[in-house]
Formats: sequence, structure tokens, C-alpha cells
Amino acid sequence: MRIRLFRLGVPAVAAVLLVSACGASTKSSSSTTTGAPSTTASTAGAMSGTLNVFAAASLTSAFNNAKTTLTAANPGLNLTYNFAGSNTLATQIQQSAPADVFASADPKNMQTLVTAGLVETPVTFARNKLRIAVAAGNPKKITGLADLAKPGVTVVLEAQGVPAGDYTRQVLASRKITVTPKSLETDVKSALAKVTSGEADATVVYQTDVAAGGSKIQGVTVPDADQPQITYPIAVVKATRNHAAAQAFVDSAVSGDVQKALIAAGFAPPQ
Amino acid sequence: MRNRLPAGLAPAVLAVGALAIVVLPLVGLVQRAPWSTLGRDLRAHDAFTALRLSVVTSLGALGVSVLFGVPLAWVLARRVFPGRALVRALVTLPMVLPPVVGGIALLYAFGRQGFAGRILYDVTGWRFVFNTSGAILAETFVAMPFLIVTAESAFRSMDRRAEEAAATLGARPAYRFRRVTLPAVAPALAAGGALTWARALGEFGATITFAGNFSGTTQTTPLLVYLDIESGNEATALALSLVLLAVSLVVLVGLRDRWIGKV
Repeated sequence: MRIRLFRLGVPAVAAVLLVSACGASTKSSSSTTTGAPSTTASTAGAMSGTLNVFAAASLTSAFNNAKTTLTAANPGLNLTYNFAGSNTLATQIQQSAPADVFASADPKNMQTLVTAGLVETPVTFARNKLRIAVAAGNPKKITGLADLAKPGVTVVLEAQGVPAGDYTRQVLASRKITVTPKSLETDVKSALAKVTSGEADATVVYQTDVAAGGSKIQGVTVPDADQPQITYPIAVVKATRNHAAAQAFVDSAVSGDVQKALIAAGFAPPQ
Repeated sequence: MRNRLPAGLAPAVLAVGALAIVVLPLVGLVQRAPWSTLGRDLRAHDAFTALRLSVVTSLGALGVSVLFGVPLAWVLARRVFPGRALVRALVTLPMVLPPVVGGIALLYAFGRQGFAGRILYDVTGWRFVFNTSGAILAETFVAMPFLIVTAESAFRSMDRRAEEAAATLGARPAYRFRRVTLPAVAPALAAGGALTWARALGEFGATITFAGNFSGTTQTTPLLVYLDIESGNEATALALSLVLLAVSLVVLVGLRDRWIGKV
């Protein structure tokens, strides 16, 4: 009886492995681009097809607003976004996630992909500034970065590798202010959510996040003298299957509809 | 007499399919693991802190679950009262509720602005969020049902005659519980406790949503695994995953079918 079970089991296992192997080989993405798809310039804009843009969380409002304009001008375009911390997105792209464009909140995460040969030459498309976010009414009377170190103030920051968090730590170190955050969040939006929900008293995000934060948030300025150079690079991902639309999006981010949406949201132009 | 095999290949193939779904990911984990640098990876940035914190919070969750869960299980098993079925359903709910939903619910109850948390904070200054107690609470929320269910089943199915005999001999309720009831259900409680502890150890969604993420305070091992994988620290994430996998295997092998039904 044991031998009969074994003889049944072996072909069964083989069958399963064969089926799974067949499925796997058709999914493996080719690392070379298949060339631009036929761009029928049927509308004023030449963007069509599916476009997956991986963008830093701080770009959420601006890019969502840009989507309305872009899809109105390009009816054949199916634009989807993936917003997260830039380090998360860079890791996903390294794991072959299907991105066509990568917009990072700092050059460091973009450089990781440049070094790995996964993106084309990046260009800077926006600049931003840090801003302290507190609950509306500023109950803890926070007036500047130094107040973040006050006892009784619950501060959350972004995790290591998340651009906003790294920039904040850089600024605090240069000002010699020691802040012990109560939590390290995965991106600016979840850090802001901790303040909105009342769990944290303050966090440091970008001025664009404070602007998009709604009535429960107010901002406290970080002086220009303390601001780090915050530049956002954008690049076409080499493994893209829609190179034309990806390039068009990048161009639009530098000077086009997307750039207009960025300015409206409070970003500074790339200069 | 020899048993005959069930007719047809179908059950065997499907069974192997089920096995593949479970086993292949584990194989994937084991074969990618950085075996040669395991020790170093586990001592690397925050990994050991996360492991130590996980042990503390999971044992804390087990302790709270035993303290509050066993009496509740006893009441559910031995007392008939209106709404008993509803109570039983409610305490089992966290087992099927998505953990992140549990985390959000905990926020609205025990967060600083939560209806209960607000009172706690105003009166005592105590807060669960961003505190190790919050991690323990989140883990208790998801894991305690395992203990309650196992304990209730054990209380129901134990032989009551020993208790009755002890009662007729003059033993008081507390003495009976301690010397007769508990020893009788001890094996089942141990099994339930092991499951509860393992579930608490592996909790992620409720912890990161409710308690927060900070090394040494709330960053338990599953949280660190998630963050490391997100930010490309693959080696540490894999090393920690292996530890969690090994612990889970030890618990299940140690239980040896006991939790599936036999008491």
C-alpha cells in the first residue's frame, strides 16, 4: 500500500511543479524595452496606453490633480499611480515591479536605481521645503524646530530611508537639536495622519503636505536658513512597455501640465 | 485486511496542490536565507532589539489573555445567561477580523482621542499608543480569542464527576477550581496558550496601526521584517523571518495535533 501511494504521489507532485513552472516562464519580464508602441497622434497629446507612475507620497495631491488634466487631453491614456515612501518604491522597482516612471523625493533613492541600471537619466522636476505640521490651533504652542525637543511634545518622524525623515534628521543634527520621535512612519502621509488623529502633537513633512493636509492641520515654518536642498528627480524606468507615454509624462513634469499642477500644490520649479 | 485506496487520482493531486500552496513559500524563504551571515544579521541594526521586544510583548499578551480569558471561558462554559451566544461570537470576532481593522478599532477606543483612551489619558496620563503596553494590547486583542475558545472547549468536555466528588467531600469552589478543574484542563490550556503566544508573536497589522513603530518600544519583529523588506535590507528581514518560522514550527510540532480537537 505504501508503494502504491508513493507511485501516485510522485507524478502528482511532478504535475504540480510543471504547471507552476509553465506559469512562471510567461510572467518573467524582459529587461529590454520592446521599442515605442505605435503612437497614433489622434489627439493633441500623444500619450496613450497604460502608464504606471511610481511617485513619492508627497506628490499625491499634485499628481492626482495632474491626472485630471492629462486624461482629459489624452483620452487613450490609462494612468495609474503608486504612492509610497521613495525608498519603498525604489525597492519595488528593484524587485521588477511594473513601473514606467519613477518620481523620487530625493536624489539618493533615484541614485540607487541609476547605479543598478534600472532607470534612464533622471531630471529634476520640482523642489520642496520642510514644514512642521501640528494640530489646528497649535495646542502645544510649537514655534520652531527647537520646540520639538520640549518634554511633553509627542513627535513622530518618518523612518530611515524615507526622504522626509532623512532631511529632517539632517536639519535637526545641523541645529544640534535632539528629538526622540515616538514612532517612525513609512511615509509623510502616515506621519501626518498621526497628527490629524490626535495621537502625535507634531511631525515634520513637506510644505506641500501641510497645504494638502486640510483643516485639522496647521503649519509652523522652518526658516530658509535651515532648509536642506530638496530636489525631486524623475526618470523613465528602462523596463517600461510604454516608452513614449513615459517620456511624455517626464517632459510634462519638467514643464507642462504636470509641472503646473505641482506649482499649484506649492512645489517650487526645478530651476 | 488491507485498506483500498480511494478511487481516482484527483484527491491525491488536489491534496498535493494544497501542500504546494503552503510548502513552496516556505521553501522560497529557506533557500533565500543568508545562512552564512545569520548570526551577524540577527545582531545587526535593531534586529536583536526587535526579537527581545517581541518576546516581552508576546509573553505579556499571553499573560493578559490567561488572566482575563480563562475566567471568561469558564463563565461561557459553565453558566447559562441571556446573550451567551452573542458574547461567544464577540470574543471570537478578533480571530476573523482583519488585524489592521482591529488596529483602527483599537485607536478609536484606546487612542489618545478614543472614547476610553481619552478618559484614561486625562485621569492618569497613561497612553497606549507609542507605548509597549499598546503593542501588548494589540497582540492581546488578536490572540486572546484562541485561548478563550480552547479553554471553553476544555471546560465543557472535561469529566465533571471529579469536581462533583470534591464538592461532596466539602471542597470550596476556589479549592475545587485550583486542585481539580485546572489540572484536568491543563493540557488543553497549554495547547491553547502555545497557539495564543504564537499568534501574538506574529501580529503585525494591529501593532503597526495602533501602537506605532519605534525600536525598543513598539517595533516588534514582524514590523522590522516589513520595514527592512520595504527599504531593501533583505538580509536582516530574511534572518528574522527564519527565526519566526522556526519558532512557529517548534510550537506546532510541540502541540502535535492537540489543538485540532483532541484534548
